[in-house]
Amino acid sequence: MRNQQATQLIFELSRTGRRAHRLAVSREAIDAVVADIPENMLASEPPPLPQVSESDVVRHFVNLSTLNMSVDTHFYPLGSCTMKYNPKRNERMAGLPGLVDVHPMQDAESTQGMLRLLYELQQMLGEISGLPGVSLQPAAGAHGELAALLVAAAYFADRGEDRRVVLTADSAHGTNPASAQMAGFTTQTVKSGENGLVDLADLKAKLNDRTAVFMLTNPNTLGLFDSQIEQISELVHSSGALIYLDGANMNAILGITRPGDFGADLMHFNPHKTFSGPHGGGGPGAGPICVRDFLTQYLPSPIVVVEHDEETGDEVYRLRDPSSKTIGRVRSFFGNVGVLVRAYVYLRTYGAEGLRHVSEDAVLSANYLLSKVKHILNVPHGDRCMHEFVASASRLKKQRGLSAMDLAKRILDFGFHAPTVYFPLVVEEAVMIEPTETESKETLDAFAEALFRITEEAADLVHEAPHTTKISRPDDVTAARKPILRWEAT
Amino acid sequence: MSGYLLHTDDDRSEMLAAIGVESIEQLINEQVPKSVQMTRPLMLPSSLDEMALERQLRAIARENASASSHVCFMGCGAYDHFIPAVVDEIAARGEYYTSYTPYQAEVSQGNLQVMFEYETLVTQLTGLDVSNASLYDGGSAAAEAVLMALAIVKGRKQVVTSSAVHPQYREIIEAYLKNIDAELVVVPCDTTGSSQPLVDAITDKTACVLVQHPNYFGRLEDVANIAQAAHGQGALVIESFDPISVGLLKRPSDLGADIAIAEGQSLGNPLGYGGPYLGIMACRADLVRRLPGRIAGQTSDRRGKRCWVLTLQTREQHIRREKATSNICSNQTLLALRSTVYLSLLGPHGLRETAAACHRNAKLASELFVESARFERLHDGPVMKEFVLRDRAAEVHSLLKFARQQGILAGVPLGDDYPEFADCFVVAVTEKRTEQEIRRLVEVLQQAPCGVSV
Amino acid sequence: MSRDEKNLLFAESHEWVDVSDTGGEKIATIGISAFAIEQLNDLVYMDLPAAGRVLSKGEEFGEVESVKAVSPLYSPISGEIIEVHRDLADNLDQLKDDPYDFGWILKVRINDDSELRAMMDHAAYKEQCSEAG
Repeated sequence: MRNQQATQLIFELSRTGRRAHRLAVSREAIDAVVADIPENMLASEPPPLPQVSESDVVRHFVNLSTLNMSVDTHFYPLGSCTMKYNPKRNERMAGLPGLVDVHPMQDAESTQGMLRLLYELQQMLGEISGLPGVSLQPAAGAHGELAALLVAAAYFADRGEDRRVVLTADSAHGTNPASAQMAGFTTQTVKSGENGLVDLADLKAKLNDRTAVFMLTNPNTLGLFDSQIEQISELVHSSGALIYLDGANMNAILGITRPGDFGADLMHFNPHKTFSGPHGGGGPGAGPICVRDFLTQYLPSPIVVVEHDEETGDEVYRLRDPSSKTIGRVRSFFGNVGVLVRAYVYLRTYGAEGLRHVSEDAVLSANYLLSKVKHILNVPHGDRCMHEFVASASRLKKQRGLSAMDLAKRILDFGFHAPTVYFPLVVEEAVMIEPTETESKETLDAFAEALFRITEEAADLVHEAPHTTKISRPDDVTAARKPILRWEAT
Repeated sequence: MSGYLLHTDDDRSEMLAAIGVESIEQLINEQVPKSVQMTRPLMLPSSLDEMALERQLRAIARENASASSHVCFMGCGAYDHFIPAVVDEIAARGEYYTSYTPYQAEVSQGNLQVMFEYETLVTQLTGLDVSNASLYDGGSAAAEAVLMALAIVKGRKQVVTSSAVHPQYREIIEAYLKNIDAELVVVPCDTTGSSQPLVDAITDKTACVLVQHPNYFGRLEDVANIAQAAHGQGALVIESFDPISVGLLKRPSDLGADIAIAEGQSLGNPLGYGGPYLGIMACRADLVRRLPGRIAGQTSDRRGKRCWVLTLQTREQHIRREKATSNICSNQTLLALRSTVYLSLLGPHGLRETAAACHRNAKLASELFVESARFERLHDGPVMKEFVLRDRAAEVHSLLKFARQQGILAGVPLGDDYPEFADCFVVAVTEKRTEQEIRRLVEVLQQAPCGVSV
Repeated sequence: MSRDEKNLLFAESHEWVDVSDTGGEKIATIGISAFAIEQLNDLVYMDLPAAGRVLSKGEEFGEVESVKAVSPLYSPISGEIIEVHRDLADNLDQLKDDPYDFGWILKVRINDDSELRAMMDHAAYKEQCSEAG
């Protein structure tokens, strides 16, 4: 029998009286010290946290970690998420004393290094996007969407225009319509055509003097660059609306084309994807936004500016409101600075030329994998893609009864993380694959080989997959019907 | 070339041949219209190798004062608490920090179980029934809680709060409510610390009341009284709490809160100039359908083995799109992991000792200023871990600068957010501060020159 | 008693209605069709309104959820809700097995049954489903 003590819940490992972290404060000292706190506010005992030893804690969390697949341990072709290699130097630099332990309320004079770094990052993101107004404050991509839409709302309010509708693509991430709703807009969906690109006729039909923003992902979630982008830009702008670019797929176009050059007025970056993360098991990310000149005044406050000191004339970095028309704040303090420092380190590692190579190799790798996968699964949207592509298990389902989910579960047994499945919604049985530029040709070959082998396997074997993981398929239905959302003492 | 690219020239030619194109150029030209392609290279600083880059980053870091170069008495929502070594050690494991949202539960049981344990710990800290897997930070969690309450208490548009709630949190709420049919009422806090002005502002139009305890000035709020009044009017109560102080103070649910939010930075996360942090959020069981963010739950697998999954996902943006409870997609799993490890290490007694040590130190500091000719406490009453000092010389900025030059980050000035308190600053004293450091703080501030610019 | 689906009226959005006339009062019983339940696959949650609420035709009155989908419920008819089947939410498997008897969701008092004319009979509804399926 295998000993699984360490992966019991931490609460089950608890024994009354066991201790790890201690401070030299006696019970008597505590009683004395709390004497001035009103009795009706004082807890009679501390929260019932688990009582474990330091070695319990270490063994428990180290063992739990081994139950995860991660970029450090596995190929992770999760489409739309850009699971590229997470450089270790990012971690070291972000952890340096003088960066990791600066208090967010310190004044500018005592944080010149930090502010310079953040200012340079603002400049770099403005250059990469072609949109010069930058706010580093949003804490994630979706948060950037919300902040940018609040900027758009402030812009139209300032102009006295009553534009309350945001258009989103049917292939868009769910965050797009959800962010629009949160920012107080109503949403309408623009269809994709057969070719996976924006249906221009539908866009035209839905654009009018009530349209505030068209939210576009380009390259889109099918991994296709919308070749009609100039027409889209012309259509949207001539109706007086703005274009928002969901920057989830920036890994395809760094140094090749810029959102600002192809018509976007506002956008967000996902530094935890494009600029090497890491993803942190689901976060933290960051969602800096970039906007055109005329929108800069509405950006969240504060931003970093460089000024000349009134007395010495030296250059100094300071935090300032973008203008009195700022939308205010969307997050406390300055944002997810640790993630931004990592992005800075990544950008300084590559430089301009290197960054373009990143995107070129990402496009090359995706197309190479596509050239293999198209012989295994149907790929509804053609022979070419940017940094990712969407295959479909629809033929496999019809012929062999195997769904995208079956495929995803079985690929785990081969030692690969699964692609994104059932997204985007416009492709039936979608299998969305993003290899990134940091995976070798051998890895891509092995992944394609595994996919092929699965399609040849006995259907029952695949339906029951995964077979080699710590658990088999979980019962999601019971989890949702009778939710157990915390451990309770029995 | 610097960086992490790995294809060799041979790889590239083989891959291009397999695709059936001549060059990467061709792949791009077939898809991206020439007219929108860049005709010049990006203008970015040149690339640096690892050693040169580290040299540069260390130089940048040296230009900042920090909690390692200085003794830190700054608080106001971010605190210099001690972080045990185990926290950093665990969080540095690539299996955690290089994984992503657990879309495939079978290969994410580590993260999912950590989320479930985190959620349980948050329910233990708050006394409430349900927690999500974390939000971005305390401020946006406050805004999300307000939106949640507005969605639950239908037909009411008014949000009541106090000026003693973190000013930045209030700014975030204002920004979030800007284009929504709702009104934020900020009640000026009472100098005596009475909860009456807030209680008086609650009416049958109030959807929710947001109160911070201890508040921005470090004072204790009578949450129980406020909650009673709010519930009497059918409004929900949101308490912004300090997760360390609940080692001593009653928990949000014990005081009547329906929703509790907090900045989780205190629980094992570094100051980091403001982030990444994590937003804690918990609520009563009957409100869970309106709770934003990811939630991990327990279930069993096909072989009957206990396991964990993301659940109640129909609340979320990827399914409900424009009708979702929030647009939030990511959570702060890595920070939630750190907090989970931290709370496991502390246990009930460690948390109580930490809270008590903060309280003891803050009290010592505040008492040492009683004799001072130059400084006085702005408010009476007990302190938890921070308090407000008034500088009778009204030279807060030069005072704090002087202290910094003496190696002390002495506090956070209030003037920017509260013009009426331009001569005041907030001093925070955590368990990390020694008696010697506290005495030195008092000494240095007393020595600060008056009436001269430094 | 057992309801025969062939005698029910159906809305395009998959709700069924059965109208009874008791003592001069017209009561519409509303549920969702077996086809819709089948399409949703493994229901996990149902959000139901309170009695007393007045619905107009086409108004959303609740939601039914599976693990990864949400389906709004629309009232096929105008009237006041006089009873809500509270036990349903905890017995979703039974709803699936018996959508027309156990599976009733609301009872609505109606004044005007002319709205029923726009609804499909069982044959027409079956045709709609076979086109969609």
